[in-house]
Amino acid sequence: MKHTITVLVENEFGVLPRVSGLFSGRGFNIESLCVAPTLDPTISRMTIVTCGDDQILEQITKQLNKLVNVIKVIDFTDQPFVQREMAMIKISAEAETRAEILRIVDIFRAKVVDVTPRSYSVEVTGAPEKIDAMIELLRPLGVKELVRSGPIVLGRGAKAWKSAE
Amino acid sequence: MKKTGSQILLECLALEGVETVFGYPGGTVINIYDDLMDSPIHHILTRHEQAAVHAADAYSRVTGKVGVAIATSGPGATNTITGIATAYMDSIPMVIITGQVPTPLIGNDAFQEADMVGITRPITKHNYLVRDVKDLARIVKEAFYIARSGRPGPVLVDLPKDVQMATAVFEYPETVELRGYKPTTAANPRQLEKAVDMILQARKPVIYVGGGATLSDVSEDLKAFAEAIQAPLTTTLMGMASFPKQHPLSVGMLGMHGTFYANMAVTNADLLIALGARFDDRVTGKIATFAPHAKIIHVDVDPTSIKKNVRVDLPVVGVLPDVLPRLVEGLQSQPERLAEAVEATQGWRDQVEEWKQQHPMAYKKTKSTIKPQYVIEKLRELSDDDAIVTTEVGQHQMWTAQFFDFTQPRTFVTSGGLGTMGFGLPAALGAQAAFPKRQVIDVSGDGSFQMNSQELATLVQYRLPVKIVILNNNFLGMVRQWQQLFFDKRYSQTCLELPIDFIKLAEAYGAKGFQATKPEEVEDVIRQGFATPGPVIMEFKIAREENVLPMVPAGAGLNEMVLAS
Repeated sequence: MKHTITVLVENEFGVLPRVSGLFSGRGFNIESLCVAPTLDPTISRMTIVTCGDDQILEQITKQLNKLVNVIKVIDFTDQPFVQREMAMIKISAEAETRAEILRIVDIFRAKVVDVTPRSYSVEVTGAPEKIDAMIELLRPLGVKELVRSGPIVLGRGAKAWKSAE
Repeated sequence: MKKTGSQILLECLALEGVETVFGYPGGTVINIYDDLMDSPIHHILTRHEQAAVHAADAYSRVTGKVGVAIATSGPGATNTITGIATAYMDSIPMVIITGQVPTPLIGNDAFQEADMVGITRPITKHNYLVRDVKDLARIVKEAFYIARSGRPGPVLVDLPKDVQMATAVFEYPETVELRGYKPTTAANPRQLEKAVDMILQARKPVIYVGGGATLSDVSEDLKAFAEAIQAPLTTTLMGMASFPKQHPLSVGMLGMHGTFYANMAVTNADLLIALGARFDDRVTGKIATFAPHAKIIHVDVDPTSIKKNVRVDLPVVGVLPDVLPRLVEGLQSQPERLAEAVEATQGWRDQVEEWKQQHPMAYKKTKSTIKPQYVIEKLRELSDDDAIVTTEVGQHQMWTAQFFDFTQPRTFVTSGGLGTMGFGLPAALGAQAAFPKRQVIDVSGDGSFQMNSQELATLVQYRLPVKIVILNNNFLGMVRQWQQLFFDKRYSQTCLELPIDFIKLAEAYGAKGFQATKPEEVEDVIRQGFATPGPVIMEFKIAREENVLPMVPAGAGLNEMVLAS
C-alpha cells in the first residue's frame, strides 16, 4: 500500500543521504521524494512516497525518527490531507494534433509554457491521479518528455506542522 | 585565551572523563598527537587502527564508559571500519576521532582522503564532519551524549587538519540541545500495568535477556524480577554475564548453539518477556516456529527493535533500570495474585527441569585428545571469579559461551552482532588497560588469532599481562563444521595447513608461550600461564573435528536441534 510521509529535518549538509541511505540500506522503497526549506530556514521538509505493509511502514517511521537530524515524522495515511504534484510535459504537436492537445490542456486546467512549430510544453498541477489521467490522454498524441515533481502534501484543517511540538 | 582545535578536542575529552584513548598517529592527526604530549590523557599505540577501535570498544564494555579511538585520515580511517561496525551492532558507546584532509582539499581526491562521514553513515549512531573550529566543542559534547544515551552506539567525529590548527575561544557547553534526538527513558505506566497483568496470567513464562541488560547494569534488578515471578531465564550471547548460569532459574543461552532446555522452554512458552534483546536470527531460528504459543512482551530502549523481526503483543519502550523495578513493584502490589501465579507455574518449572536433566550441556571426554570444552571448563576452574574473558569468533567463542560459567556482569567481551574474527586480542588489550590488576583472558582459535596477532607487540610494550588461549585445530573450525554437516565434508579452504609455531611467535614479541598436546597437560599449562607474569600464549592442540553442539541449522526452528554428531 502507498503511504505519504512528511519528514521535518535539520536543514544541514548531508541530511538527505542519511534519509535516502536508510531507505536503501534497509530495503525500503522510495517512489518519490521532495525536499525544500520551510518558513524556518533551519528546517527542511521532505515528502516521501513509499509503499509497504503496516509493519514495514511502522519500521520506516521508527527508523526515520531514530535519525538524530530528523525532527518530526508525520504519516498522513490516517488523516485527511491535500496532495499536489506538478508535471511538465513536452508533446509533439503536428498540425492535426495541435487542437486536440489544447483541448486536453483546457480540460485539465493545465497551461502551455513553451510552444514551437512542432511541440507544446505544458505544465499541470493536481493530485497524482489527475496527472496520470492527463498523461494517458496525451500519450497517443506523442509525449516526448515528461518530468514529475513527486507529490507534496499538507494536512487539512487549522493544525500546522512546523517543528517538534 | 584562544586555543587550537586539537587542544580544544583534548580538553573536551578530559572534561568527558576520558582517561585512556587508543590510536595510531598519521599526517592529519599529527597536531592532536603533538598536543597529546602535554595532556593528562593516556594514549595506547596499537599496531593497527582496527585494533585501536576494538580495544576502545572493549574498554567501554568492561567499564561502561565511552571508549575513544583516534586514527588518521584515508587508510587509517578506513581501517577503523570493522571496529566501528562491530561496536554499532553490539550498541557500544564510543567516540571515534578521525583526521581529515584540510577543508579546502575535501572532495579533491587529496592524498589520504576518504569520505568518512559517507562511509560510516550506516555503521554509526551519528557522525560529524567538523567544518569550523567554533563548532568543535559543541560537536564533541553532542558526540559523547549521543554515544552513551538511549540505545548506545559509536559516533564518529571527522576532524580536518586545518580545523585542528585553527583557533577559537574554548567554552565547553553545559547541556546538549538536539531537537531531533530525545531518547525515551521512563516507560509508559499503562504498558507496565498490562505487562504485570500478562505476567500474572501466564502459566509458562520465559524471560529472554539480551545485551541491553549488560549495557544498563541491571543484574540485581534482573535477579529480583526473575525470582519474584519464578520464571526460567535465558540469555543471548550478549546478555550472558548479566545472569549467572548457576542460578536455579537460569536455562543458559538460547538460539543456534543454545542449550536444549532453553530452546525447548522458548518453543513451549505461553509468555516470552524479552528484555533488551532484539530477536536476532541466530536467536530465533525460523521465525514461523519461534515461540509459536507465546504472547510476547518486548522491553527495549530502541523502538525500531520492537516488531522488527517478530510480532509483539505488548511493546514497552524504556530502559531496564526503570522498567524492572517498576514491574517488580507492580507485581508485589498484588501479593495474592503473584503467589497464585508462582504456584500455578510450578509444573512449568518442573517441566523445564526435566528438559535440563534430559539433555544437559555435555561433551565426550577422551584420553588421547584434548577436548576444547575441557580446556574452557578448566579455565573457569583455575581463573579468578572476576576474570574478564574476551573471544574471537567461531567455535571457540561458542564453547566459551557454553562451558565458561560467568558469574559477574561485564566479564564476557565478545563480538555478537557483527561476529568479527580478530576482535578478541585487541579487546583483551583494551580490557586489561581498563583493569591492569584483573585477570584478562583472550580465548581464541588459530584462525581468528592470526587476524590481529600483531597486537602482541602492544601487550608487551605496555606490560599488559593478557593470557591468550589458542584452541588450535588447524581449521577455520566453524565453517568446517558447516561444511561437514551441510556440504558433505567438502572442506573448501578451511584447513589452515601451515602449522604455526605460536610459542616462537610469542617469544619473537617478547612474550611467553606454553603448549599442551595431551589432556593431562591442560591443567599444568593453564597454571603455568596464569603464574607467568606478562602476556602469555597457551596453545592447546585440540580434537580437530570437534563440533559445537547443540546446533540449530540455519533456517530451522529452535526445536529442530542437532544434539550429537
